[in-house]
Amino acid sequence: MNRSSSWAHEAIAVFAKDWLLELRTRVALGAVVLFAVTSVVASGFALAPPSGVPAEVKAALLWVVIFFAAVAGLSRVFVVEEETRTADALRLAVSSTGVFAGKLAFNAVLMWTLCAITVPLYLLLLEAPLRNASLLVIVVLLGSTALACATTAVGAIVAKATMRGALFGVLSFPVALPPLLVVIHATKAAWLSDNAWRVAAGDLQVLSGFMLVIVPASVLVFEHIWSE
Amino acid sequence: MNRTVQILTGIWVAGVTVAAFLWLPPAEGFRSPEAARIVVFHVPCAMLTFVAFLVNAVYSWKYLRSRDPLTDSKANAAAELGMLFAILATVTGSLFAMEQWGSAWNWDPRETSIVMLMLVYAAYFVLRGAVEEKSKRARLSAAYALLAFPAMVFLIWILPRIVESLHPTNTLFSRSGLDPKYRITLWSFFAGLLAVFVWMFRLRLRVEIAEARLRRQHRRDTMPEATPAGETR
Repeated sequence: MNRSSSWAHEAIAVFAKDWLLELRTRVALGAVVLFAVTSVVASGFALAPPSGVPAEVKAALLWVVIFFAAVAGLSRVFVVEEETRTADALRLAVSSTGVFAGKLAFNAVLMWTLCAITVPLYLLLLEAPLRNASLLVIVVLLGSTALACATTAVGAIVAKATMRGALFGVLSFPVALPPLLVVIHATKAAWLSDNAWRVAAGDLQVLSGFMLVIVPASVLVFEHIWSE
Repeated sequence: MNRTVQILTGIWVAGVTVAAFLWLPPAEGFRSPEAARIVVFHVPCAMLTFVAFLVNAVYSWKYLRSRDPLTDSKANAAAELGMLFAILATVTGSLFAMEQWGSAWNWDPRETSIVMLMLVYAAYFVLRGAVEEKSKRARLSAAYALLAFPAMVFLIWILPRIVESLHPTNTLFSRSGLDPKYRITLWSFFAGLLAVFVWMFRLRLRVEIAEARLRRQHRRDTMPEATPAGETR
């Protein structure tokens, strides 16, 4: 088996193992979704019409909710390996690239699940205007993937430190900020703009570019975080 | 850095500072032409912040390859100095913003990016505080510094160019951007500040090395009959 296909196989195995574990306990899913639903309901209660909150504020609020919900769950996938002391076994069995790719895929799917529940609920409860639904789907998909890409390696760092919960938020905010800023701008475009695709085109390019840079950077440093 | 270079640095920085007030003409076209001189101090501080961040990233990368504790100290020293210059750049910028734009803080993209830069450094120091074991701390903080680097490049180089900014762009390297006298003073101050940066960097390292030596000494003194590792009773 050549090298490239071997790490892909390993990644799929890690991904399948992590989802199997997750579906048994549902710790990460529960934390993330509950956090998001609670904050959406609370903001819906406070900000629903006729409160007159502009759509710009709503776009920023949506992504703040998604980001903080993600912070509640995205480090779980590495923390659980340290807590159950299975990290050493995983290190022996799988290459570090395989582990990173598997965990990244896990976090991406977790983010998509989170967004699939949060965004429709948010649109419903806060009555956000929606000019361009297909653009919104693309923006949410790219944005949530970018957040997963930005924070997965940070989760691996945090799992090795003390006071993990607080630390993950502090460390992931600066790394996640570029995609957050861009995705808020694009969401505003999808809600308000008549020629939304043209307004958001630059944002989508920056988002994809960011992922193309942060993922190789993460793979490079992950080797050093993961190996003892 | 030997004594002569230190004295020359002092004279150079003092000379440029005096020149910025006596030789440099007030900048016409600004709301307060006299206050606009602050630009020649403000811009070099912002540039050095980025230099320090770059030095931090380079030493972090070197640390991951070599695992040499001194390299980790260098990365940390660069981050500390970067934080210092970021604060200086923000304060001088805010003073000028108050004169020119009427408020000390305008959420201009460059203002946003320097705050984020400070947040990255703060997170870096929090991470260093949260890991007890020295080699692990060095490894994790180096990894974090390298992860934050692409995000910073985005915030400093890309964001101010895609969002409308109150700051002018491309003034430093284009011919039409800046009055020649301002350009000379600004770059001279940058050169002086760079020398101060190198000086402080080396001082910080000497403190670090002295601390490590003291700790070793202390361990030897308190445990005179310390057994070598592996020979515990």
